[in-house]
Amino acid sequence: MPEVLLSAKNLTKRFGGLAAVDDVSIDLLRDHIHAVIGPNGAGKSTLANLLSGDLPATSGRVVIGGQDVTGWTPERVARQGLGRSYQKTNIFLPFSVWDNVFLAAQARDPQQPWNPLRWLRPAAQSTGAHRRCTSAIDMAGLQDRRTAIAGTISHGEQRQLEVAMTLATEPEVLLLDEPLAGMGVAEAERMVALLLRIKPNHAILLVEHDMDAVFTLADALTVMVNGQVIATGTPAEIRADANVQAAYLGEEN
Amino acid sequence: MSAPRSNLETFPPGVKVVLWLGLLALLAFPFVGTEFYIQMVTRMMIMAIFAMSLDLLQGVTGLVSLGHAAYFGLAGYALAFLMPQTEAISLWWSLPVSVLGAGLAALVIGFFVVRTHGIYFIMVTMAFAQMVFFLFFDNRALGGSDGLYIYFKPTLQFGDFTLLELDNKVSMYYFTLALVLLVYLFLRRLLWSPFGRALAGIRVNEHRMRAMGFGTFSYKLTAFTLAGALAGLGGYLWGVQTEYINPELMGFHTSAHAIMMVILGGMGNFAGAIVGAFTFEYVLHVFKDLPYVGEVHLGKHWQLWMGSFIVLVVVFAPRGVLGVVQAITTRKRDGKDSNA
Repeated sequence: MPEVLLSAKNLTKRFGGLAAVDDVSIDLLRDHIHAVIGPNGAGKSTLANLLSGDLPATSGRVVIGGQDVTGWTPERVARQGLGRSYQKTNIFLPFSVWDNVFLAAQARDPQQPWNPLRWLRPAAQSTGAHRRCTSAIDMAGLQDRRTAIAGTISHGEQRQLEVAMTLATEPEVLLLDEPLAGMGVAEAERMVALLLRIKPNHAILLVEHDMDAVFTLADALTVMVNGQVIATGTPAEIRADANVQAAYLGEEN
Repeated sequence: MSAPRSNLETFPPGVKVVLWLGLLALLAFPFVGTEFYIQMVTRMMIMAIFAMSLDLLQGVTGLVSLGHAAYFGLAGYALAFLMPQTEAISLWWSLPVSVLGAGLAALVIGFFVVRTHGIYFIMVTMAFAQMVFFLFFDNRALGGSDGLYIYFKPTLQFGDFTLLELDNKVSMYYFTLALVLLVYLFLRRLLWSPFGRALAGIRVNEHRMRAMGFGTFSYKLTAFTLAGALAGLGGYLWGVQTEYINPELMGFHTSAHAIMMVILGGMGNFAGAIVGAFTFEYVLHVFKDLPYVGEVHLGKHWQLWMGSFIVLVVVFAPRGVLGVVQAITTRKRDGKDSNA
C-alpha cells in the first residue's frame, strides 16, 4: 500500500443552508493521481479550497504528512508541503516567466522578513531557489519563455506556468484545479504528458472536466454531485457504475 | 543563464543619464545657489526621503497609506522633546532614538492596519494618523496646536572634534544629500532582496503569495515598520532644519502630499519618489508665488492650481515624470534605430 500523503475525513462546508461540500473523505497516495469529477457546482473547487486552507471547513479534518492541518492558513498549509494551481489562471501578470517561478521557488527558503540580513542580499543569489526555479521551468517545458512577460504568453503557456509555479515550491501534495481548462488539443496533450512526468513521488488531486485526460491519467476517481461523493474507485469501476452514468458521464459523452 | 529582470523596476539608459545629471546638479548646487534656494533644496531632499519611505508601501507593496505623515511628525516631535532649552544634544543618539520611536509607532499601528485591504487600509491608516494628530493638537503638554520649538541644532562630533556644523546651511545641505543617497541605495538593494521581491509579489497578487507559502502579514508589517522609521528620518531632519514642529506636519494634508509626490515621480523605483518630491515642492513654490491679476491673488489659491496640475499629470502621464523621461529617451533611441 503506498504512503498516504494527504487524508481528508468527513469534510463539510456550508454556505448558509447550502452544503457545498457534504461529508467528503478522500486519501491522496504517493505516485498516484486522484481525479475528482462532477458537473459544474458539484463542489470540486470548494473541496480543493478546503484542502489548501483557502476556505475554513465547517467540520471535518485534513491531515498532511501525518500533521493535522485543519484550520491552518493557506501559507502554513503550503509550507507543510501542499502546492496548488488554480482553475482561473492566478499568476503574476506583469512579471517575467522566470520571476514568477523564482518567487515561488523562494517560498521554500527561510522567510524571516524582519531579519535585516534578508534585506541586503540579492534574491538571485539564493542557490536553492535558483535550482528549484530552473528545474520547475525545465519540467514544465518553458525554457524558451523565461524572459517573456507572463501577461503576454499564450493561454496554454500560462497554464504551464501555473503548474511550474506549483512545482517550484517542491510540494509533496499537488492540487491541480482544471489544468487543461480552455486548452486546444495539442496544448492538452502537452499538459497530460507534463502531469505524467510530475506523477512520480507526488500525490496529486486532479480536478478536471476533460474526460479523455481524466481516464488517461487517473489511478483513482471520485465523482461528486451536489457536494456529495456518489462514487469512488478505479477508472474501470467508475465507467461501469450505473449511478455515475445516470448523473454525469451519460450527458457528457 | 542569468535571471531576467522585470522591466518595470530597472532603468533604461536614457533615464539613468538623466538621474546621474540630476545628482551632479545637486552636488554642484551650493556653489551657485543663494542661501534661500539652498534651504529650499534641502527641504526638497528631506521630502524626498519621506516620499521614498512611502513608495516602499505604495509603489512596491501596493499599500496606499493616507496616514504616513504621522511617523514623519512623531520623529520631529521626538527631537523636540529630547532637545533641552539650555544646550544642544548629540545627533549620534537623538537621531536613532527618534527614528526608532517612529518605527515603534509604525509597528504598533501596523499590527492593526496591515490586516486590512484596499480602501479599508486607506481609511484605517488615516484614522490612526488623525488620532495621533489630535493627541498632539489637543494636548498643551505636547505643544498643542502651536507646536514646539527646537532650541538647538543637534551636534555631530567625534570626540571633541566637530564633524559638521548643522547650523551651516551648506553643511546641512550636504548632510541631507548624503542621507538621501544612503536611503536610496538601501531601498534599491532592498527591492532586489528576497524581502523586496516578496513585497512586489504581494502588490501584484497577495492571494497567490499566500498559496505559495509566504506569510504575507509579517512581510507587510515589516515593510510598514521600516517605512515608518524612514519617514521618521525625514521628520527628524525637518525638525533640525526648521527648528520648529507642529501638528500640521502629521496632518492629513502632509500625508496626501506624499502620495502625490510618489505618483508625480513614478511609483515603485524610489528614484521616482525623489523626482516627485522635487517636482511637487518646486511646483508648489511656483504656484504660491503667482502674482495678483486685478483683485485676485492667484498665489493664494495654489491648491486649485496644484489640484489641476496633479489631474493633468495623472491623465496624460500616468507613469509620472520619470515615465515621461523614459518615453522621450526611448523614442529618440528608436528613431536612431530606424535611421540605421
